[in-house]
Amino acid sequence: MKQVVRVAAGQGFWGDWLEAPRRQVEGGPVDYLMLDYLAEVTMSILQKQKERDPKMGYARDFLGAIESVLPAIVERGVRVIANAGGVNPVSCAQAVKQLAASHGATVKIGVVTGDDLLPRLDDLIARGHVLANMDTGESLTSVRDRVLSANAYIGSTPIVEALSRGAQVVVTGRSTDTALTMAPLRYEFGWASDDWDKLAAGIVAGHIIECGAQCSGGNCLIGWRDIPDLANVGYPIVNAHADGTFEISKHPGTGGRISVPTVTEQLVYEMGDPHSYITPDVVADFTTIQLEPAGPDRVRLFGIGGRPPTDKLKVSIAYRAGFKAVGTLVYAWPDALEKAQLADRVLRERLDRLGLRFDKIMTEFVGASATHGTLAGAPNADLPEVQLRFGVRGNDRAAVERFTREIAPLVLNGPPSVTGFAGGRPKVEEIVAYWPALIDKTEVTTGVEVIA
Amino acid sequence: MKVRLVDIAHARSGDKGDTANVGVIALDRKWYPLLARELTERRVADHFRGAITGNVQRYELPNLGALNFLLHGALDGGGTLSLKTDAQGKVFSTALLRMVIDVPDEEARTLGLPAA
Repeated sequence: MKQVVRVAAGQGFWGDWLEAPRRQVEGGPVDYLMLDYLAEVTMSILQKQKERDPKMGYARDFLGAIESVLPAIVERGVRVIANAGGVNPVSCAQAVKQLAASHGATVKIGVVTGDDLLPRLDDLIARGHVLANMDTGESLTSVRDRVLSANAYIGSTPIVEALSRGAQVVVTGRSTDTALTMAPLRYEFGWASDDWDKLAAGIVAGHIIECGAQCSGGNCLIGWRDIPDLANVGYPIVNAHADGTFEISKHPGTGGRISVPTVTEQLVYEMGDPHSYITPDVVADFTTIQLEPAGPDRVRLFGIGGRPPTDKLKVSIAYRAGFKAVGTLVYAWPDALEKAQLADRVLRERLDRLGLRFDKIMTEFVGASATHGTLAGAPNADLPEVQLRFGVRGNDRAAVERFTREIAPLVLNGPPSVTGFAGGRPKVEEIVAYWPALIDKTEVTTGVEVIA
Repeated sequence: MKVRLVDIAHARSGDKGDTANVGVIALDRKWYPLLARELTERRVADHFRGAITGNVQRYELPNLGALNFLLHGALDGGGTLSLKTDAQGKVFSTALLRMVIDVPDEEARTLGLPAA
């Protein structure tokens, strides 16, 4: 058994730094490269792509990432685990296979399936699964005809199986972000599926690195002026031990910072009830986590406790929920805010006279109060400029379209000192909203296929 | 003595649906009990009055010197529905750090708190 297993994070979301995967593989010794591509609404975007082309529906950035690390991972035996498969992990794996072949490499690829519930949705509903919205309690039937995708969040077990069958690259669909890190630790150390404390430690390790550099100096509030060399920021690496303790580090010579406070900031990110961080494998207790410095840019974590998981899996459902558009204009000194406020009143009156109805109209004054509202206090009367940011949302696409024609006229027929309209008319966006639900674990069967 | 939260704590926030979470972390571990005493659910709900439509829940993490607040109804529906600039609640963290708390002078001296 390895003494230390090193899992390096190379993507914190789809759209993260393209350089990071290669830097993680080439910057020093690592055993696994973990790439997290899926956010809550990513699955629905991928589902739309798959509807247009049945070979699509996965995170195509992943191919670029694989290409950037391909010679190195083969030479060094680094294994890659990614939830890049989206709603089409099989096609994703085929694309990786072709890519490897075009570089003269043969790579064993493990594909994890079984999370996609869309084809079974009506059957599940017919058999009494209401898939109630976890936030509102509403039954899924109220939006059934508008559902675009439905995926169960699945855990570490199928990834462990793919690794034990020799896969060098493991592609999953809606695996939990944390399972991508915990699975290789469970596999390497042979942790039992009921070794709750160790599984919980693996989940905490996953939580810390799943957002990439957000634990190593990126988006870090504490001491942000003094964080060195962010241009060259090092992404995090979990250095795990069989006993469930681990250290977070980054490659030598990289920028950023890993300290108890930078890791703590990431620990509280997107946290709910810290006693119960629920995953398919284990419920981790974040109130048990202990941290201590372990050298320069190195933090040790220990003492982590967990308990058995629930008998449910969370389901991520995406559905069409109307349309929105947001337009902006910039008003300059003097009296920038007053001018923007007058423009807001004029615009609202015009929309009203047109008889346009929306579920929501929102005005923000960027530079004065957009992010902190009244907490920002009375605005400085001398602000150099204020951006009027005006958004509407509703089910009537035509009304939202009509709204987008009402911004530009304000440049000539509204308050003065206005600029910042070069981007043109606002774009109408179809809203794809998120519907979190629960399903009995017994309803979800995962599968693993290994292709070479 | 008036003490600015931004001088004694750091924070990070994120989203879950229409709920923003704010994790507030004491800059010095010995200031955590003060945060736990002063940053009650009611105090934080008052701070965000008008900015959120739901209630505030608090969880304690003495092991991290941190408190976690859930601000319900903070994000205009959240995620893709939201029309807000901060649709994902990323800067509710610094909005909370705008709070100023009153600390008895002697306690403030003993704890070495920076004055506002």
